[in-house]
Amino acid sequence: MDIKDVETLAKLARIELKEEEKEEILGDMKGILEYVKQIEGVEVGEIEVDHSLVNAWREDVPEGVRSGESRDLIVEQFPDAQDGFLKVKKIL
Amino acid sequence: MIDLKSLTIESAHQSLLKKEFTCRELSEAYLDAIKEKNGELNAYLQVFDDVLVQADEAQKKFDEGVATALTGIPFALKDNILIQGQISSAGSKILENYKASYDSTVIKDLKKEGAVFLGRTNMDEFAMGSSTQTSAYGVTRNPLDTSRVPGGSSGGSAAALAGNLALAALGTETCGSVREPAAFCGLVGLKPTYGAVSRQGIIAMGNSLDQVSPFGKCVNDTRIIFNLLSKYDKEDSTSVPDRLRNVDKKTSSKNGKKIGVPWHLFREGVDKEVEENFKQSLEKFKKLGYEIVDIELPHSKYSLAVYYIIMPAEVSTNLSRFDGIRYGYSAKGGNLMEVYEKSRAEGFGKEARRRILLGTYVLSHGYYDAYYNKALKVREKIKEEVMQAFLKVDYILTPTVPMLPFKLGEKLDDPVAMYLCDIFSAPANLAGVPSIALPSGLSKNGLPFSIQFMAPHFCEESLFEVGEKFEGVASA
Repeated sequence: MDIKDVETLAKLARIELKEEEKEEILGDMKGILEYVKQIEGVEVGEIEVDHSLVNAWREDVPEGVRSGESRDLIVEQFPDAQDGFLKVKKIL
Repeated sequence: MIDLKSLTIESAHQSLLKKEFTCRELSEAYLDAIKEKNGELNAYLQVFDDVLVQADEAQKKFDEGVATALTGIPFALKDNILIQGQISSAGSKILENYKASYDSTVIKDLKKEGAVFLGRTNMDEFAMGSSTQTSAYGVTRNPLDTSRVPGGSSGGSAAALAGNLALAALGTETCGSVREPAAFCGLVGLKPTYGAVSRQGIIAMGNSLDQVSPFGKCVNDTRIIFNLLSKYDKEDSTSVPDRLRNVDKKTSSKNGKKIGVPWHLFREGVDKEVEENFKQSLEKFKKLGYEIVDIELPHSKYSLAVYYIIMPAEVSTNLSRFDGIRYGYSAKGGNLMEVYEKSRAEGFGKEARRRILLGTYVLSHGYYDAYYNKALKVREKIKEEVMQAFLKVDYILTPTVPMLPFKLGEKLDDPVAMYLCDIFSAPANLAGVPSIALPSGLSKNGLPFSIQFMAPHFCEESLFEVGEKFEGVASA
């Protein structure tokens, strides 16, 4: 892992990093990866990670207004809004 | 004057029934204690302004004869548990002004009982840490020795309860975040079976590991809280349905007397004093009639390494929702990408940024198989061998933490050293089994020791049973 990798990861994770922080993170990451690398050689045999997944979603039907939930509290959180709508920078 | 120090949930309930004091008087006593001591401890980030209103509502339940065990009991709540209309910051600057738009399921349940919420407590940012030193709102101090950390990430809740600034407290666990601070503050801490308590309305860190977890001044306190909160919730897709909560008779044997000790896991890295106390505790169990068996958990020594792959992977996914657009901290930028990048750079603290990048790395093309996929497989192995062990023994016993509470400022510049605090915690979270941390005496400097039991899924009651037996002899 080198500084370029850290920059790529930061880009992917949408986090702006200062130059001095890149070095520090690189050092930390190397230490942590060195520690977790111990699982590389672990023999696990033929283990299958099968959780027999089942659909846990409810049916996609309107539930009506759920008691206690507040539209106002959600709208109040918008960092930028106009006429009750969330405002974002243009994307095209 | 109410003697807060000796109060338990049960004894307070009896006093409230007998009208020895009212709900308002009880809450006032805690508010006074908070006023006096929170400045130094920084256990609470905020004390709610409606505490006495809540207390008066609770009193009505007593007056009408419909009070239950938790009615009027003053709670400290970790800052990642949503309460409608209250700020929930998860110890992070990125949620500094975030007001929850709904109640988490555990809050709904506590409200129904008439529990009183004193305030929200400090925590490591997004529950990432073992000492409550990564919070954006300053460190919390250990009430037993204010030069030391209270443990973490639920350190604020632990300090509030141990400092008698609350009678009950909720934290959350992803890997030891309640058991470790319970150990450092001389409390009982229960990590329930994964899926026992609803995660709905809890700010997530690692979804496959997180559980809301109670602290208690005694074992019975954690039992009362657990028994209320443990139930199926259709709002949480990983909540375990009732039909699957029937414990297999073979492995749940009540009053089991066989304790397995995986000695090979702590041949190194455990403080001498901690090991000595652990051996003394074993002697006490022998005297109580328990059989101590040596067991091998060969893959469990990789637990922490596995955890530090799976957790950051889940963190990087979870924390992608904090983007400065819909809520929380938002930085100005020339375009959308700049808003994302600056909001996340300025809003997240160092540890959160570190774990997001680590998670992004282990999930990225080319490393996914070597890290994430491999970690999932080793996790299955660990789970398998823990379940195998429970065919032979009723409990698995280790120290809770390999060390005593350390000084503020320690381990901050060495992430791996900090992570090692949770070396004994990880197997229970990875395997999804319940685990309880129990005080096991004091060191010569007056610092608390702690031991922890694991039991099979949904065998919390077995943990309470063995815990209560030990409680009687722990400090003897």
